[in-house]
Amino acid sequence: MNGSRAGWLFAAPALMAIAVFFVVPVSAALLMSATDFDIYALADLRNVRFIGLGNYLQLLQTPLFWRALLNTLFFVVLGVPLSISASLGAALLLHSRLARFRGFFRTALFAPVVTTLAAVAVVWIFLLHSRYGLINYGLSWLGLHPVDWLGNPRWAMPAIVLLSVWKNFGYNMIILLAGLQAIPDELYEAAQLDGAGRRAMFRHVTLPALAPMLLMVSILTTAGHFQIFAEPYVMTQGGPAERTVTVLYLMYENGFKWWSLGSASAVAFVLFLIMLGFSLAQTRLTRGGGFA
Amino acid sequence: MRRPLASLAVNGALALVAALTLFPLVWMVCASLMTPGEASTYPPPLLPRSATLANYRLLFAEHGIIRQAANSLFISLLATALSLLFNVSAGYAFAKLRFAGRDRVFRLLLGALVVPAQVAMMPLFLMLKELGLVNTYAGALVPWLASVLGIYLVRQYALTIPDALLEAARIDGASELRIFVQVVLPLLKPIIVTLAVLTFLGSWNDFMWPLIVLTDHDVQTLPVALAALSREHVQDVELMMAGAVITVLPVLLLFLALQRYYMQGLLVGGVKE
Repeated sequence: MNGSRAGWLFAAPALMAIAVFFVVPVSAALLMSATDFDIYALADLRNVRFIGLGNYLQLLQTPLFWRALLNTLFFVVLGVPLSISASLGAALLLHSRLARFRGFFRTALFAPVVTTLAAVAVVWIFLLHSRYGLINYGLSWLGLHPVDWLGNPRWAMPAIVLLSVWKNFGYNMIILLAGLQAIPDELYEAAQLDGAGRRAMFRHVTLPALAPMLLMVSILTTAGHFQIFAEPYVMTQGGPAERTVTVLYLMYENGFKWWSLGSASAVAFVLFLIMLGFSLAQTRLTRGGGFA
Repeated sequence: MRRPLASLAVNGALALVAALTLFPLVWMVCASLMTPGEASTYPPPLLPRSATLANYRLLFAEHGIIRQAANSLFISLLATALSLLFNVSAGYAFAKLRFAGRDRVFRLLLGALVVPAQVAMMPLFLMLKELGLVNTYAGALVPWLASVLGIYLVRQYALTIPDALLEAARIDGASELRIFVQVVLPLLKPIIVTLAVLTFLGSWNDFMWPLIVLTDHDVQTLPVALAALSREHVQDVELMMAGAVITVLPVLLLFLALQRYYMQGLLVGGVKE
């Protein structure tokens, strides 16, 4: 009895903070998304009207919303596989018995993860500069033409993907490296006795053993990618030709530039539902495929 | 068995990947030491002709960036302290104290992780506006008070504390508060450092919420101020790189110093369930 009271007392401050600053706002956001909360309501709350699904229906008719959705999906579909492949490749290299200076390499490859996204985005603006940027200079060495990365509607999002892979691959690399280290050596020895080559061992020992972890990593990475905001805000302001307007960028502009907080809440909930759908689909798909 | 060729391939690949990964950061530092306009020449130079700290002086003297640096430091330190205050005791309670509804509440908390934080931002902003906390440190700190991941992190670690130890203290007549302070906290030290590092880096690097809630130049954090500055100074590569160095360097150094704790947190927090 005494223990129970102590338990609640220890947990109460955190639970109250989460309730007041998260649960209440999220519930309020759901309500707000059903109102026409705008700059007039900001001045006087009596101007708020309930409009049901009005914001959602309005979004479906807004070309920029679809553009934002498409841009975000493009970023997710291109970025997540690239990012996880880079993580897996780097983890395999670090895990190799032949690798030297592992501690140094691990730290070096991880360093971008702890850097400030807004700051390195500024760095990348100049690295991607069409004339003086070192990326185009590197391409010219390979005999390739310079690309107007952030000025060309076709290349702006791929450029952001490039930055994002560089910034994030170290995170999953550490997780996958721990996964690789947890695979018992006996599995490899048994496969070797069965005459399996290196490629066969990777397919039939490493990948299946890593599958649950890869699923988890892909779910978390997908969720993270859907929340892309700072890159377009800092690097392109949504341009060129609205090709880097992402869902959260749209939410920010609707909510905190035009003060249509009702509409912004609807955008946020649509994003939430899409993320939820993707997580469930990823879990289903891998289960159906016999993994995990 | 020695395989020099394979070894060369693996280590060569690692060195190449590491060089490519570190390159943007190294270039950032080099460019920050160049004289204005030097980086915008062709072919793009890698090293400054003669290193100068002029860009840093300009940032501090003319743009008063010390103010934003102090804001960032102050907010991150406070966020860290608050997060420890709220999350450590809760994590311990969820691991070691029995109370009615404990497991159900914990499952609800984990369930809440699927909701992206941005959903809460519009009402949270209104709430803080009503309280007069927009453009104050308090407004920036609110999301850092308690976090599900923080509670989870501490709980997973606290589960390893043997119950017998706590029981013995109870039999000796120690109060729950005293047990927490004298027995539990010392045992939780490693995870407390982990949580502190994660929170400090997280709040220092945070962008979207400070951008929303801190619009006054005087209360802004470094990342937000840097983003604003980069819009005004599109041509001033060297100046912007100095700003980026000032923003990135503190967290990079902190990470290098406390790397072990950071990685531990990543593995517990990342590998959940």
